[in-house]
This record gives sequence, structure tokens and C-alpha cells, in this order.
Amino acid sequence: MAASVTAKPAVQARSRGGVRSGGGPRGSRTAYLYLVPAFVVMGIITLYPLVFQVWMSFTNFGIGNLRATAPDVVGLKNYIEILSSELAIPNFSFVRLILYNIWWAISNVAIHVVLGVAIALLLNTKGLWFKRAYRALYIIPVVIPPIIVATVWRNMYDPDGGAVNLILAGLGGFLGNPADVFRIDWLRQVADPISFIPLPLAYFAMLVTNTWLGWPLNAVVATGALQSIPGELYEAAEMDGAGPWQRFKNVTLVYLRPAMIPYAIYGFVVTFNLFYLAYFMSGGGPFGRTELLVTQAYRLVNDQQLFGVGAAFAVIMFFILLTITLITNRLVKATQTVEDL
Amino acid sequence: MTATAIKVAAAGGAVRTRRGGRGRLSLRRQLVLQAIALGILATVVFPIIWVFSVSLDPLNRSRPEGLNLIPSNASLEAYGQVLRQPTNNPVSFAELAFNSVKIAVGTSLISVMIGVLAAYAFSRLRFSGRQVLMIVILGVLMLPAVATLTPLFVVLNKVQLTLPVLGLFNLRNSLLGVGLAIISGLLPFAIWNLKGYLDTIPKDLEEAAAVDGASTNQTFLRIILPLAVPALAVTGFLGFIGGWTEFYFSWMFLNKSSDQTLAMALYSMQGQFTNTPWSVFSAFAILFAVPPAIVYFFVQKYITSGLAVGAVKG
Repeated sequence: MAASVTAKPAVQARSRGGVRSGGGPRGSRTAYLYLVPAFVVMGIITLYPLVFQVWMSFTNFGIGNLRATAPDVVGLKNYIEILSSELAIPNFSFVRLILYNIWWAISNVAIHVVLGVAIALLLNTKGLWFKRAYRALYIIPVVIPPIIVATVWRNMYDPDGGAVNLILAGLGGFLGNPADVFRIDWLRQVADPISFIPLPLAYFAMLVTNTWLGWPLNAVVATGALQSIPGELYEAAEMDGAGPWQRFKNVTLVYLRPAMIPYAIYGFVVTFNLFYLAYFMSGGGPFGRTELLVTQAYRLVNDQQLFGVGAAFAVIMFFILLTITLITNRLVKATQTVEDL
Repeated sequence: MTATAIKVAAAGGAVRTRRGGRGRLSLRRQLVLQAIALGILATVVFPIIWVFSVSLDPLNRSRPEGLNLIPSNASLEAYGQVLRQPTNNPVSFAELAFNSVKIAVGTSLISVMIGVLAAYAFSRLRFSGRQVLMIVILGVLMLPAVATLTPLFVVLNKVQLTLPVLGLFNLRNSLLGVGLAIISGLLPFAIWNLKGYLDTIPKDLEEAAAVDGASTNQTFLRIILPLAVPALAVTGFLGFIGGWTEFYFSWMFLNKSSDQTLAMALYSMQGQFTNTPWSVFSAFAILFAVPPAIVYFFVQKYITSGLAVGAVKG
């Protein structure tokens, strides 16, 4: 505090003196010195490769072009083949890939947010015992590296020794069903579980895993927002005769929204690009139907060694993500102005 | 940040005491809510308990027999096997972990050290081209790591030398190359994350220092850097976790079994056609996850307090 009081006149003195007015040549030079290491490194290993990638995307770069021979320039062939799903690899459909990827992200985030808020409300109940213990333990999924979450859950969904089938067999045995009924191949079953919804069983299995992984941080964010609500507001609402639902709608939700919407958008982007579950659990199957853009991009380069196609795919991904970023920025701004009014 | 947290906590406390006994739960309501909370807790901890119990299976059992907390003939053999030789490759857990540590420590240290310099310039100094450069960084941040896989593979693969002692050295096929590939995404993240924190440090101290005639460098070294220590630690830690569990680049770039990392071993243990007993896999997963999980548990509150809005790319 004392520092800020004494500093006030100093600010005026300095700006009048014009030490840093408008960023003179001297200030600029110091700034560039601070930036040089970062931009030299990024220039060589980030920006140059990205530019190189754009050139690669117009060629038929393959495994044979790694050493000496230059690839042939093929123009827009890679882009056309990707966008019209005519790549010479199995189970590739660009439209299906994008639609599935968007649905994957939306459905996950919707569940995360609703569960996160509901559980935060539960733990915010006045007088509930062991609140702090629950809050500490519920955070466990967040601290485990995703690669381990994915591989462990893959074992849990194993048709033979997996925990999920063992639990179901235990419950089923209790109700008199033979154990053989519960040998469900969660991650590879070809037939859709719900006939009128064109999503494979692996999608639902991974949805469960990602729900386990995703709601706790949403609950943390929601808890923070809930604790910032002044208690007087509820008392005032109660005095005005508002019922529990009206209090929730007019007080709780109003305070939750500005915290939850940016976090949900961040969660959407993370889930949209979530490599680990699709790669380690379902492996994109059955028949590539749970493949995401990121896992498909990885497969094009790592498995198929189609470097030129992979480069074009990455460029297309860049534009898809740019579109998403621009839309989400709009959404955040729109909600902010609503809050400010 | 902490000041507001304290304020909020204090306000909460005041409200609670003022409301007194009015907010008490009835016993029935309390029990119902406890049952729900315990049910949620069961789903949260079940996978972890399961992995622990499977890791206790003896080595001659390829898959668990049932849902037993302590399986029959429980033993710690699997842990011994993991420490000696977890995969078919003749490498021990310690060797795998050492490769992962080299990548994790190297990438996070370099990114934080270079990143904080740039973050300081973006946060405090004025220069022309500031906006353009910031947009470049945000643009790179938007891309997932997979989006730079192809060109990095090709570009790093071009660097091939014949060294006197080591023989043929290909930068792509080395831990150094994987480290560079990781830094290519981690550095923009570090700059952006650290800038976000530096923006929250009040300018009063620097202004006072400027009056006393401190140069930009002195201000940075004596004032900003010490205040930024928590942010440096958290950014470094997030980078460390990213490197410790890194998969895409190492799996595609590295061919030598002596370069294997923990994440690569975990994936190869789980392949459909290997005969690794689940107990070995589970013991490996636990030893892999526990060190970062413990640290994460303690720094978690700094990470979720808005210090790091974005996670490390992945």
C-alpha cells in the first residue's frame, strides 16, 4: 500500500518527462533484445516448418523424398483428395470425420458443464459434512496424465478381463443372468447400440471415460463462481418471495454464466483436439468412425507416411481451428457485453 | 489474485456466521446428500483402486480373475519386473524414466527461460510490431502439436552428420530432436502464459524503481523475476508434465531402443499382440503417474486459479 501511495507522483513525473513516450528508439531496441532469443528459436523450429508445410502440401512428398530426390509439385491434388474423401486409405470420409469431431466435442462439454455445476452446487450446500475432503478427492482424475487415463480405461473396457464387464456380470449374476451375457466388446463392437442413432458403442464408452476426466475441473470453476455470490442476494430474493427455482435462475445462474461460458469454450477446444482417448482406446475404430481430426492427421503421417497429404491435412485443420477460434471469440465477446449491460 | 481470494473467503465466513443456525441441514437431507457424494466418490476412485489391485496380481496371471481389492496370491512381483525390464526391449524403468526426464527438464527449462524474456517485453515494453508478433504467437498456440508433426519430421531429418565418436547422427532420430519439436509448441505457450501472469503484477514497484534510476534490465532482474517465481514454477511444471508424458513426436521420431521413453513403453506394452501381464502394465502405469500426480495435487490450486488458462498442447 505504502509503495503505491509514494509511486503515484512518480508516474506523473515520469510520463511528463517522456522517458517512454510512444516507445522511442531506445525503448524499442531493449524490447527487441528481450525478444530475440524467443523469435530466433521459434523462427527455426516453429515458423519455418509451418511455411515449409504449406509448400509440402502442394507436393506428393513421400517416404522416398526424405533424403535426396525432390518431390513433384502436384498443385491442389492433396486438398481435392482430402475434401472429396478420395484418399487411397481405408475408412476415410472427410465429412463424417468433421461431423463426428464436432459432435464429440459438443456432447462432452455439455455433460461436463452440467455435471460440474450440479456437483459444485451439491458441495456448496451449507452444513454438508466432509466438504473439504470431497473437494480434494474429486480432483484426482485431473492429476493423472491423460495417456495413462486412456490406457487404463482401455483395459477396463476389455471384453474378457475388463472391470466394466466384471461389474456388469456381478450385478447380472445377482439378478440371475449367466455371466456369459456380459462379454461386451465396448471399444470394437461394430453394430450400433441404439439403432436410430448412428454412433458406435466405442463413442459412448469414451464419452463415459471423458466425463470421468472432464467434470472435476468444471466443478472447481463453478465452485469458485458460487463462492463469489454475496449471500445477501439470496436473502433479498427470498424476501421478495422468490422460490428455490427462481433464486437459482435469477441469482445463481447469473453469477455462474460469466465464469462457465469461457471455460466451456476452452473445454470445447481441448476436447475437439483430444488425441489420447481416440488414439489409445478405440484406435479410431470401428472402421474409423471414432477418428478425430488430430488422430487422422497422426495416422496419415505416422502409419501411412503420406507426408504431402499429411501437410495438406494440417493446413485444412488450421483453417478449421481458425474458424472455431473466431466463432468462440465472438461468443465470449457477446456474452461479456450482455453481462456488462 | 490471492488478495481477492482472501476477500471472498472472508466474506463467505462473515455470511456464514451471520446466518447462524438457519442453514443447518436436517439429518435426513444430510444423509441423502452424503449418499450422493459418496456415490460420486466411488466412481472417481474406482479406476484408481482397480489399477492398484490389478498391479498386485502375480506374474503368471495374464488378466485379473475378478474384482478383488486384494487378489489371491497377491504379490509385488509386477513392480520388480517393471523396475528390471518392463518391455521386451532390454531397458529398465530407470533408463526409460531418465530419457523422459531429459526431455521433460530440457524442454521446460529452455521454454521458461527464453519465454520469460519475451513475456516481459510483451507485458511491459513498447515496440513497433508488438501486435503482429503477439498474433503470430496466438496463431501457433491455436494449433495442436500434431499439426506441426510432418514438417518437423522432414526438417529435422535433414540434419544428419557423421560425428567422430558417435558415428552417424540424425537429429530427428534423437532425444535432442524430439526436445526441439516439443519446444516448438511449448515456447509459445510459455510466452503467453507468463505474459498473462506478468500483466497481473502491479506496476507500482517498477515505477518506484524507475524513479530511483533503475534500467530496464535491473527492473527485470531485481523486481519482475522474483515476483514471477510462482508463474515460472507452474509454467515449468506444466511443461515438465507435457514432456514426461510426450507421445506423438517420440513415437514417430525415435527408432533406437535406447532412446525409448516411458510413454512409448506404455503404448507398446498395451498393443493387442503383446503378452504383457496386466499386473506389469498396471504397476508401470502407477509408477509412471505417481510422481507428477503428487506434485500436481499440491500446485493444482495455482493452476486452476486462472494462472494457466490454457493447458500444454496435447
